[in-house]
Amino acid sequence: MIQVIWNKLTDHIDPILFALVTIITVLGLLVLYSAANETMSRVVSQSQKVVIAVIIMFVIANLSPSFIARFAIPMYIAGIILLLGVALGGEVIKGARRWLKLPLIGNIQPSEIMKLAVPLILAWYFDKHEGAISWKNFLVAGLLVAIPFALIVRQPDLGTALLVGACGFFILYLAGLDWRIMIGGAVVAALAFAGAWEFNLLHDYQKERVLTAFDPGRDSQDAGWHTIQAAIAIGSGGLVGKGWLAGTQTHLEFLPEKHTDFIVAVYGEEFGLIGALLLFALYILLIGRCMLIAMRAQSLFGRLIAGTLGLMFFTYTFVNVGMVAGLLPVVGVPLPFVSFGGTAMMTLFVAVGILMSVATHRKLVGS
Amino acid sequence: MAELRNREQEVFWFQRRVFIAAAVMLACFVLLAGRFAYLQVIKREHFAALAEANRIDVQPEVPNRGIITDRNGIVLVSNYSAYTLELNPQKIENIDATIDRLATLVDVTARDRRRFKRLLEEFRSAESLPLKSRLSDDEVARVAANRFQLPGVEIKARLFRQYPMGEVASHVIGYIGRINQKEKERIEEQGLAVEYKGSDYIGKSGIELSYEKELRGNSGAVEVEVDASRRVMRQLSRKPSIPGNNLQLSLDIRLQKIAEEAFGDKRGALIAIEPATGDILAFVSKPGYDPNLFVDGIDPQSWEALRDSPDKPMLNRPIQGTYPPGSTYKPFMALMAQELGIRTASQTISDPGFFRLGGGYWRDDKAGGHGLVNLPRSIAVSCDTYYYLLGAELDVDEWSKFMSQFGFGRKTGIDIEGELAGILPTREWKAKRFPKDPKLHVGDQVSLAIGQGFNTFTPLQLAFATATLANRGVAFKPHLVKRIQDVKTGEGRLTQPQPMYTIPLKANHLDAVKEGLQGVVLEGTAATVFKGAKYTSGGKTGTAQVFGLRGGEYVESQVSERLRDHAWYMAYAPLETPQIALAVFVENGGFGAKAAAPIARKVMDAFFDKSLLDAAMKTRADAKVSQ
Repeated sequence: MIQVIWNKLTDHIDPILFALVTIITVLGLLVLYSAANETMSRVVSQSQKVVIAVIIMFVIANLSPSFIARFAIPMYIAGIILLLGVALGGEVIKGARRWLKLPLIGNIQPSEIMKLAVPLILAWYFDKHEGAISWKNFLVAGLLVAIPFALIVRQPDLGTALLVGACGFFILYLAGLDWRIMIGGAVVAALAFAGAWEFNLLHDYQKERVLTAFDPGRDSQDAGWHTIQAAIAIGSGGLVGKGWLAGTQTHLEFLPEKHTDFIVAVYGEEFGLIGALLLFALYILLIGRCMLIAMRAQSLFGRLIAGTLGLMFFTYTFVNVGMVAGLLPVVGVPLPFVSFGGTAMMTLFVAVGILMSVATHRKLVGS
Repeated sequence: MAELRNREQEVFWFQRRVFIAAAVMLACFVLLAGRFAYLQVIKREHFAALAEANRIDVQPEVPNRGIITDRNGIVLVSNYSAYTLELNPQKIENIDATIDRLATLVDVTARDRRRFKRLLEEFRSAESLPLKSRLSDDEVARVAANRFQLPGVEIKARLFRQYPMGEVASHVIGYIGRINQKEKERIEEQGLAVEYKGSDYIGKSGIELSYEKELRGNSGAVEVEVDASRRVMRQLSRKPSIPGNNLQLSLDIRLQKIAEEAFGDKRGALIAIEPATGDILAFVSKPGYDPNLFVDGIDPQSWEALRDSPDKPMLNRPIQGTYPPGSTYKPFMALMAQELGIRTASQTISDPGFFRLGGGYWRDDKAGGHGLVNLPRSIAVSCDTYYYLLGAELDVDEWSKFMSQFGFGRKTGIDIEGELAGILPTREWKAKRFPKDPKLHVGDQVSLAIGQGFNTFTPLQLAFATATLANRGVAFKPHLVKRIQDVKTGEGRLTQPQPMYTIPLKANHLDAVKEGLQGVVLEGTAATVFKGAKYTSGGKTGTAQVFGLRGGEYVESQVSERLRDHAWYMAYAPLETPQIALAVFVENGGFGAKAAAPIARKVMDAFFDKSLLDAAMKTRADAKVSQ
């Protein structure tokens, strides 16, 4: 009897994926405890969100990929409507119109929905045209990415827009987009960026972020301050780190955004290079597992969505760590499963749920 | 079948793309690992140093400045701790508005505002300037409660310098003030920046200036851990500050007070010295000033009043006022005449009441003259003619050589700054000073012999000479600080334990001069003033001409106050083993016997009567209560 219930519960859980996500999440809570100056309130709040997120993950994992695919269109359309709502009457916070105040639900950030809606609709779209994918399909798919991308850029939230755009691109890539078009697209994108820079289509703060990424000293009080203090935190951690709860940059408030976007600096300061390499290894294993699930998936939808989510995990991790370590401009990207924040946690665990669904519903499709 | 192959083909293509993506991702992770290795291994030391610089703040610990007491341990300068209201001009946009706002919370006077304005002009880049000190507990509470509306306003607990005696001995003690740019540069040049770290104040005049090194102590340092908003989290290490040494003055503040009171409204100077040690018992410069005005920056009005007063209250007369010594010079002339073998004590001259030489004519003070006069009598009655003759006979260079042994014309080396040397004329001096008339004429010497003419000395020089004479030629450097006490060890050391030198003088020569000085008090020019004194003493009156009235009659009442003669008196007592030697100078006082000698009498009476001394302190205590 117990065995039956256990089986029922774990049937659609991918043990390796779950183990890796659990380890990273627990590690994240430990670092969060340190970043919160040894107070429990944030850890408790984050844990509650993780529990809810895991339940959602469990539910989604138990849905079949084909069933999940049905959500693609409504979710995408809802996301677009909400984005339009933001553009017309969103809340302005810190000079950007990103939030929408909805009755009963409260403040939501519609761009967050698009992080999953875009891969889902593309995966569904390509799956629908499986076997007869032509350049026209890629054109339609490109359009499906471009619309939310444009809306999010206008908010302005370049960081999220690029992430949404990246996810869209990953699907196009995995769906077999011609190399020549990709190279051509890259050239066009580079020119577009240069043009935007030259003709002041970018906001000043966006330019500033790009500039400070390459020279943190240019504005040590503001954007550069984050990067400099993060570098000091990481660098002073050395090979083995200052020890858990012993990071001075963290505990004396020199490190900004230490609970959220810059949490990896706390990690680097307290656990050193050895700890950092361990964390990177965990992410590599996690992403590797995702790619393996993608390769084993039996439907095109499963392959595309799993591969894209794996690449999305990678992108978040790389952009976040690269930004904190001073390799990339400062954009608001959280470290997956570690940064404090409920919304991102939900999105990530929904993604894990989808991955598990793809991984564990093989037989049903394959028979 | 074809479809299946197509499907397999599709999966193969997909997997190939996944592998390519995996390779790219792995490369990116290698890049991240490389970046971390660069930061954490190669640049570790650099960033570790930056992290330490972030978290560690070294805060100076300001030492307590040494206390100053008089010879009997009465406190003349102390420190008190008080709350001050301080403004940071760098953080305040509208200073006037802030002060207006503060005025609703604490009592800010017009004088506080003016003083602050002056400070602000002088110390523009300062991070904290006091608006008002000595806040009451209520005021502290009111400002603290409104602090969030007052950025850049701070309440600080500070040690303040207090001069409880006010004007009394102000020219001895001096005052401290805020370190200005010039002083800051000097401190840095001398490599004392560490010792002064965190200190805002420095001695500006008097003993506060000359003993700055002893009084200031050394700043300590407290290493604290701070957070990003510079809030102190904990103390890491502490190098305690070393408090400044305490100073015990040679001054007897009771005698000082009596001496200052004896002057009344008169301007002048008085220096009383203990001959056997060189201890300065009293050092008066009238008028004085209240050093407390300077402690947190003087307000412009008070400063201008002090600076522009015709009475020159900021002039330290005992060391900076130089005047002809008048007849107080005669005892030293008489001693020299014997030492150089020109006169003997018993040798007499006849004084017809005038002296003629070449075309020159010099009147004696007494019409008709003093008749037959020997050396002691020449002092007692202050016979000018005796000295006119001497002046004409002496070689002026030999003369100045002898006199300089008694400190005339050179700095005594007293332990406060600003001392002037005065003028002890020589042939060389005359040639240099008056190139058009380079010769020092015999006529000049005749005037110099009675202490008039070119020679000008400070009252301190006369006091030193008198003390040295009283001490039979054994010269001690006059000093205001008797003992320096190390606060830590409690050990004291005398500043001048040994005599500087001894002037070789014949005993009978000295005795003849002393007989003359005693004669002044018993039957001579100061006899009336010293009638009934309970101690023996010797003295000499003097009157220094301010205005040359060649040949004319000097009528005191007809000469404007500022052009009146200066009055002198020099004395020591008791005769046998002198315990006190003094010089009194009254600016525009007129005759020495009338203006200066009575002051000397009051001081010496008190010196030999403990009850009078103690009474002086009582009146002070009463005055304080009534305040």
